[in-house]
Amino acid sequence: MEKMLAWIDARFPLTALWESQWGKYVAPKNFNFWYYFGSLAAFVLVIQIVTGIFLTMNYKPDATKAFESVEYIMRDVQWGWLIRYMHSTGASMFFIVVYLHMFRGLMYGSYRKPRELVWIFGCLIYLALMAEAFFGYLLPWGQMSYWGAQVIVNLFSSIPLIGEDLAVWIRGDFTISDVTLNRFFAFHVIALPLVLLGLVMAHLMALHETGSNNPDGVQIKYQPKDPATGLPLDGIYSHPYYTVKDIVGVVVFLAVFSVIVFFMPEMGGYFIEANNFVPADPLRTPVHIAPVWYFTPYYAMLRAVPSYFGTQVWGVIVMGLAVMVFFAVPWLDRGAVRSVRYRGTLYKTWLAIFVVSFLVLGYLGVVPITIWGQFGESVPLVGGVDRATVVARVFTALYFAFFVLMPWYTAIDKTKPEPTRVTG
Amino acid sequence: MEPAPGHRLDDASLQRGARNFVNYCLGCHSARFMRYNRLTDLGLTEDQIRDNLILGDAKIGDVMTTAMRPADARVWFGAPPPDLSVIARVRGADWLYNYFLGYYRDPGSATGWNNLVFPNVGMPHVLWELSGTNRLATAEFADHEAAAAAAIANKSLALVEPIPGGKYAVRTIANETPGSMTPVEYRAFVGDLVNYLEYMGEPIRNKRISLGIIVLMFLGVLFFFAYWLKREYWKDVH
Amino acid sequence: MATEATVDKGKRRFLIGATGVVGGVGAAAAAVPFVMSFFPSERAKAAGAPVEIDISKLEPGQKIDVEWRGKVCWIVQRTPDMLATLPKLTERLADAASGQDQQPAYARNEHRSIKPGVWIAVGICTHLGCSPTFRKDIAPADLGPDWLGGFFCPCHQSKFDLAGRVYKSMPAPTNLVVPPHKYLSDSKVLIGDDRA
Repeated sequence: MEKMLAWIDARFPLTALWESQWGKYVAPKNFNFWYYFGSLAAFVLVIQIVTGIFLTMNYKPDATKAFESVEYIMRDVQWGWLIRYMHSTGASMFFIVVYLHMFRGLMYGSYRKPRELVWIFGCLIYLALMAEAFFGYLLPWGQMSYWGAQVIVNLFSSIPLIGEDLAVWIRGDFTISDVTLNRFFAFHVIALPLVLLGLVMAHLMALHETGSNNPDGVQIKYQPKDPATGLPLDGIYSHPYYTVKDIVGVVVFLAVFSVIVFFMPEMGGYFIEANNFVPADPLRTPVHIAPVWYFTPYYAMLRAVPSYFGTQVWGVIVMGLAVMVFFAVPWLDRGAVRSVRYRGTLYKTWLAIFVVSFLVLGYLGVVPITIWGQFGESVPLVGGVDRATVVARVFTALYFAFFVLMPWYTAIDKTKPEPTRVTG
Repeated sequence: MEPAPGHRLDDASLQRGARNFVNYCLGCHSARFMRYNRLTDLGLTEDQIRDNLILGDAKIGDVMTTAMRPADARVWFGAPPPDLSVIARVRGADWLYNYFLGYYRDPGSATGWNNLVFPNVGMPHVLWELSGTNRLATAEFADHEAAAAAAIANKSLALVEPIPGGKYAVRTIANETPGSMTPVEYRAFVGDLVNYLEYMGEPIRNKRISLGIIVLMFLGVLFFFAYWLKREYWKDVH
Repeated sequence: MATEATVDKGKRRFLIGATGVVGGVGAAAAAVPFVMSFFPSERAKAAGAPVEIDISKLEPGQKIDVEWRGKVCWIVQRTPDMLATLPKLTERLADAASGQDQQPAYARNEHRSIKPGVWIAVGICTHLGCSPTFRKDIAPADLGPDWLGGFFCPCHQSKFDLAGRVYKSMPAPTNLVVPPHKYLSDSKVLIGDDRA
């Protein structure tokens, strides 16, 4: 065994790779609950790739056969139902895990110098993931697939001058059609998975270069060495310590995942929508269409922005900015400390406002805009307007305020001094 | 709406429902993702399926197709009747159950029928000989609370609707002429049918749930060892 | 940090083993659905279901082709003359007694069929999968004066007799396959299923 390893190492840096990326990677010893979601995201990616490969073997990217082939997988292919439910559940779980992972980054300032690139690669992964999910959602070729894609592609047509042509170019047709399905399939099964894998590797390599942040925001890489271990103070090897810890995380995750896959694969219509069991019909729009839950915060913003100068493009711009603004966070934060543990009330309040805004917008994106009725005609400014729209506008503003005001409130925030060593 | 009475593990009900389905639905609707031999899920043998449930010359491994040609359907109903394989996943069992209870006579419509849960439905009430005929009953209430209370008190299918003049109407179904079944028998008949439709929407459901219990128990065991292992190693750190 | 001395190595070995075994069982079980998904689907099974054929109109000496599981199956109504050729060939055949497992037990006889006259076989050469041609003409120019009728594979010139038995030193290693079949009545045969 050792001889064989030596043989390989003389020709390929197997041991060196393992040690630099995981085996001898020194991580702070104080990772808490929030640090499970990175490894879980990688785990879900594996689930999606494996189940996706097997789905591809039986799925037909053809407008006349796509819907049928999904039911074929669900009924006729042996165990096809399980593979499909794992993939559909995995899609939503991917976003849950990634959102929690991103929240962790915001909480503990994991984007701060020198980890800007870790954060940027992460944001790119998030973008690629959104595209991957969007393309994949068309494939079952149900009513929600079809009209969801229709609406999103039509967003591009609101861009002045080139919009209409751009939308036709994306679709390859004047409406969502077989051509669109085929190219979305290609993007979903090969183009974006390649991009995602590349970005994940870059994300991890950057992280293992800078070293991990931790809930205290202490840079352990520059700590003096512990004479007993020869490692920086409070640093431990990822293997075996985080290996065994992440295994526990994976098992707990699998339990949650299994509860959904085996007992509630539709998740009350949030993971698989009822209308998607109706084959796509270009002539009939479902009464209520909403994107899948993970896009709804942005969808709520899109709907909340009124059209000015006869164009809807402003909503699209706002929606795009809401995602792109994440890239700027490393340079917006001017706080004296990294972690929320040592920040003042100002930052904590704004982070809470941001989370609440995201959740409220997420909820509003799911429900019809008329859900809370309209303001009475006599109310100034907002008379006659849907209450939900006004609420969505307020929270959209708060969402952006979190980012735009960050240089100000992080700078004047009353922070506590960072400890010299990690706690706990 | 009344909740559908079906139970996913009640094979007798599912078998009756399958019989009702092939006798009353399959004439016009197809179930093109459902194979006859899959009905062995319901505790039937292939011979029983062949003898009792295959009405045409279909083979046991075939999917449930309808004898009606789509072109004829377009002439008769304006659109081909939808495929019913996954209808329960679109509508839900309760909606389907109330749909079968919601038919009433409406001289104003093309078929002479209308439906409380599916207004202006294109399908006529094919089960009317069993259920008898119903008419729409409307009661007016001054405010929404009173109307809602009356709808709940009705315990059956009841729809609250605002009507001109700021009032609210509660629409219910009232029997006009009796059918060959009593209301209780008809509800049982429809209940079986809906139970079957729900099964057909996702035939794997029962197996999925029982497998899920095994998987969770297994993960429990794995968690026990994984957590113990983690604790053992982390003694070094703490 | 715990020192080397306080670490219970035996316990750790046990826990790694236990977690590894339980996790390995889980991983193996999780692989089962993926492996199983490669087997024929319900649709493929339905398409490959046994086929029922009416043979009442089969003329003496005639061969008809039917499809079973996407493969061609022959049904040959052999005449008494044709049957009479079978015993004459024993010396020239590789496996005259059908010793190799190329047929169900009930077809392991000289005529390789249930009824002597009616022969049913998968019409695919056991060499590389071509479909041999039916050559009932006796002593034709291309097959030589010894030819008593049989099947000839155009791809690599394998020769079979009228019961699908392969001649000696042919590219084809074994006799043609007789599929499982049974008679539902005198005139109806079911290919693909021989269960009672």
